[in-house]
Amino acid sequence: MSWLEKLMPSRIKTDTKPSDKRNVPEGLWTKCDGCSAVLFRSDLERNLDVCPKCDHHMRIGARRRLGWFLDPDSGVELGASIEPEDILKFRDSKKYRDRLTQAQRATGEKDALIVMKGTVKGNPLVAAAFEFKFMGGSMGSVVGERFIRGAEVSLRDNIPMVCFSASGGARMQEALFSLMQMAKTSAALAKMSKRGIPFISVMTDPTMGGVSASFAMLGDLNLAEPKALIGFAGPRVIQQTVRETLPDGFQRSEFLVEHGAVDMIVDRRDMRDKVASILAMLTKKPTTN
Amino acid sequence: MHLNFLEFEQPIAELEAKIEELRYVGNDTEINISDEIQRLESKSKNLTKQIFSSLSAGQISQLARHPRRPYTQDYIDRIFTDFEEMHGDRAFGDDPAIVGGIARLNGDPVMIIGHQKGRDTKENVRRNWGMPRPEGYRKALRLMQLAERFKMPVLTFIDTAGAYPGIGAEERGQSEAIARNLLVMAGLKVPILCTVIGEGGSGGALAIGVGDRVMMLQYSTYSVISPEGCASILWKSAEYASTAADAMGITADRLKQLGLIDQVIEEPLGSAYRDVDGMATRLKDALTENLDLLTAMSVDKLLDARYDRLMGFGRYKDLAV
Repeated sequence: MSWLEKLMPSRIKTDTKPSDKRNVPEGLWTKCDGCSAVLFRSDLERNLDVCPKCDHHMRIGARRRLGWFLDPDSGVELGASIEPEDILKFRDSKKYRDRLTQAQRATGEKDALIVMKGTVKGNPLVAAAFEFKFMGGSMGSVVGERFIRGAEVSLRDNIPMVCFSASGGARMQEALFSLMQMAKTSAALAKMSKRGIPFISVMTDPTMGGVSASFAMLGDLNLAEPKALIGFAGPRVIQQTVRETLPDGFQRSEFLVEHGAVDMIVDRRDMRDKVASILAMLTKKPTTN
Repeated sequence: MHLNFLEFEQPIAELEAKIEELRYVGNDTEINISDEIQRLESKSKNLTKQIFSSLSAGQISQLARHPRRPYTQDYIDRIFTDFEEMHGDRAFGDDPAIVGGIARLNGDPVMIIGHQKGRDTKENVRRNWGMPRPEGYRKALRLMQLAERFKMPVLTFIDTAGAYPGIGAEERGQSEAIARNLLVMAGLKVPILCTVIGEGGSGGALAIGVGDRVMMLQYSTYSVISPEGCASILWKSAEYASTAADAMGITADRLKQLGLIDQVIEEPLGSAYRDVDGMATRLKDALTENLDLLTAMSVDKLLDARYDRLMGFGRYKDLAV
């Protein structure tokens, strides 16, 4: 704050933080969280929301993700008719019902997981993606049910399933119902595994708690986007428990590869090719490359 | 303030201290005070009944982790014979936060797996306060698969605040260890009978909690996050733990109502630690009864029913129906 501004009475003071330029239309520019470069929104979108300067992978919404991943216009949504219910009449500082309404308005989605049947390079599959902006991608009854409806289509049509995770974990407002979704989704994967139907898990930033401790870690292949936070307990909880400084890069994708939890890190711009190629091999189909 | 008693148990503790004192005096003198002792004992019983008839979810969550509450090993000693404890995950180490091994229940071989807390600080350090690391869950997995090979039912006893949130635990794949157990338990070809005996803390509990039947002792709890954890995130202060406990519905009775567990096993007056033998008898009866039903089913039927049970979890609106 300059001396001149300090002298001004607060009523005439205006907020002029550098990030708050009012003359620029909203959404035209985006600042990279990785390198702080200011990027032209449409350039960024063309680059699948990966920073062209530092390759930082930004979080993206479920529908855009699936739109890029699936062949154009091939996706048919599964479980769209399922909507959340406030079974416990849960209320903290806000009612769960109100939180749901707010999240639905903000994202245009009914809940945090979108599942579609579609094709990738002509090969049919089921693809699921988390909408992180919907209550932190938290898993409640709807997420679990949509996941298994996807798995049921996989089983019925004998086609692979791919899930892009981005979640803080279980949804507290649905309490034990949420926890049980871990068992439910894993049971469906047990069935697929027994039938030899591939499940590929792609972990994106962040994949934590109940989601990482269930289907996200159960891929026939576990893939991860670069530098995604992946783990069971949150870094803050761990720090408070062990009272040590956490190692550099703790719980990031690279750390998980090093410790054997993830098969490979895949750049978002290579994701579609890579997954298509892997699935083609697992299902004995001709090469997609 | 009587140590080893919770705040709401203090009136009972005071009365009992008085009875003890009288007994002590009674031994020394010729005066017959047995009438007085009897009167106080019945008063204490009524008081306990009264206090325990209207416990809040927060109070029950305290009882579930009462320092005197019986742990897995206490039940193993009283319910089973021929227990042979088995150690290690064959890959990294042995985790004393989970005990497991083969034993006999009414003469029949079974596999036992349970969380184990310590009674004193030294034992708690060794058992990490009953919070398992990945090697604990992988030991459990090994024992379950062994049980499947030798066609023994699996009995699990759940009593943990949660899986341990530590650096090493993350490095060795805490998430994967839990997830793997969920997947394997869903398809294990022997009956699995789970009982929450104390704290059912989140994924760390569920990792040995997927089965054909899930029972809870009356004053145990089962939740997606501890009331303190929930309160500190949603209410921004752990002081709201009891409000959070209420909101989440973590008690046996509430979870039975919601259809999330199958059976509540009633505890003796004043909760399990007041009569551990009595509690063990009730638990043994429930285990025997349920196991008889499960072992009578064919493997296919058992697995179908388990799958349907798991698929039934969740409440949502389906506009297509």
